[in-house]
Amino acid sequence: MNFQTLSELAVLCEERGLGIGALMLEEQSAESGRSIKQEFATMSEYYGVMKEAVHRGMHEDTTSRSGLTGLDAQRVGAYNTAGEPCLGGPAGQAMAYALAVSEVNASMGRIIATPTAGSCGIIPGVFLSCQERFGWEDDFMVSGLFAAGAIGYVIANNSFVSGAEGGCQAEVGSAIGMAAGALTELRGGTPAQAVHAVGLALKNTLGLICDPVGGLVEIPCIVRNGFGAVTALAAADMALAGVRSVIPSDEVIKVMLEVGSAMPEKHRETAGGGLAQTPTGRRIMADLRRKK
Amino acid sequence: MRFKDVFSIIGPAMVGPSSSHTAGAARIGRAARQVLGERPSVAEVTFFGSFAATYQGHGTDRAIAGGLLDFPTDDHRLPDSIELAAEAGMDISFAQGTGLFPHPNTVRLRLTGQETGQVLTLTGISIGGGNIEIVDIDGFSVKLTGMYPTVLIQHMDYLGVLASVTDVMRKGEFNIGHMSLDRKNRSGAALTVLELDESATVELLEALESLPAVKSVKLVDLNEGRREKPGKEGAT
Repeated sequence: MNFQTLSELAVLCEERGLGIGALMLEEQSAESGRSIKQEFATMSEYYGVMKEAVHRGMHEDTTSRSGLTGLDAQRVGAYNTAGEPCLGGPAGQAMAYALAVSEVNASMGRIIATPTAGSCGIIPGVFLSCQERFGWEDDFMVSGLFAAGAIGYVIANNSFVSGAEGGCQAEVGSAIGMAAGALTELRGGTPAQAVHAVGLALKNTLGLICDPVGGLVEIPCIVRNGFGAVTALAAADMALAGVRSVIPSDEVIKVMLEVGSAMPEKHRETAGGGLAQTPTGRRIMADLRRKK
Repeated sequence: MRFKDVFSIIGPAMVGPSSSHTAGAARIGRAARQVLGERPSVAEVTFFGSFAATYQGHGTDRAIAGGLLDFPTDDHRLPDSIELAAEAGMDISFAQGTGLFPHPNTVRLRLTGQETGQVLTLTGISIGGGNIEIVDIDGFSVKLTGMYPTVLIQHMDYLGVLASVTDVMRKGEFNIGHMSLDRKNRSGAALTVLELDESATVELLEALESLPAVKSVKLVDLNEGRREKPGKEGAT
């Protein structure tokens, strides 16, 4: 790839007169040696898997093996259609879809890691709800996935995207940044605005620990995906309105690295602290052990 | 760069619940299976760090077993792989390790080949989003990501071995993206790892095997055929 930072990415887009998604598609093809058509087709397949996961989560039983989670997406979906959700309909729908995909993941269903499985609901939640709302074509959404991938590529190589290395900020935080930047571009924002959206979003999750109850990707991971989709919409709106990330997004990414590196091991996906070690969290873990 | 392309960020397609603890573990298991070159009859699996703390909840044990059965990350049989491994005659055991380990998500494998009885020890780390690195094979320090088709050559540390290897690559028109070599001692056993841009052919592997100082050649290809789908050209 010819860029290693978000500012380099934005400059490259300007030089070549391309959006982030179109640029990433060209870069990907150059990196892999496969044609642009082939790379686009692979990403289209992935978008298909995301759609299936949303559909499954909204309509099928997603009770997890542990029995701790499942069907919350359908609860939110029913609530959304029954009246006026506090968030408003569109954001409520993004939240429901994000929960849906996360619940499919927790029940060992098929999903696309974006960038990880723990954060797999955010991008599908934002993308599918916005596609329905704005009437966008599938190919347009797939180009948006390349934009999200370009942003994630920079975050992953300059910081981290796994909870065991950098806490939840690295998983859910990265996914929100990717979704926010991509949505900014899909709504007609410039690459520079998309980059601001990433920084705005990441700042909101700095310090978020990874503390899954019982070590399962369920509590609090699933609801954090729901919240994450809503936050991505908010960050995109701020950037499109002209709000700037005063601390440049590349510097915010470095802060995520600093904070994650300083995070104690008990808060990095070991179930040794946080929500996992509350009295209720410990009781749930003991119950799970007994069941085996 | 730890993450090399867009599909290491968007992807893989996988069975949940965790990209690092499920998909990454499956890929480590599958890489180990391919390095061994046959189905293991005995698999001793030791988890470290976050893997040790949470492997049951994340299905990391099932993922490793699935990988050892050569399943890809989105194989619907992964949730049942421990039972399937037992049916296939694989004696698989899991333990939590202590002591130093290179990464929070580390697994060590000791495999015995079903046909040859050869023993392989391998250490893998799962760095996030389903991406992995194999960092140790039989005591050799390596860096194998599985992102690209990878050829492993066990050979003796003689003058000119590498030149003969790269000569075979050049004649077969295979480009090397990353290469590493580690040896046990001067003039002793050595392991060279080559990451290629396209998948190796049988002819290439045979040509490498026939080189005088080469003991064995193995191919690790975890791309689930993604790079070998010319038929998809033109699809939308």
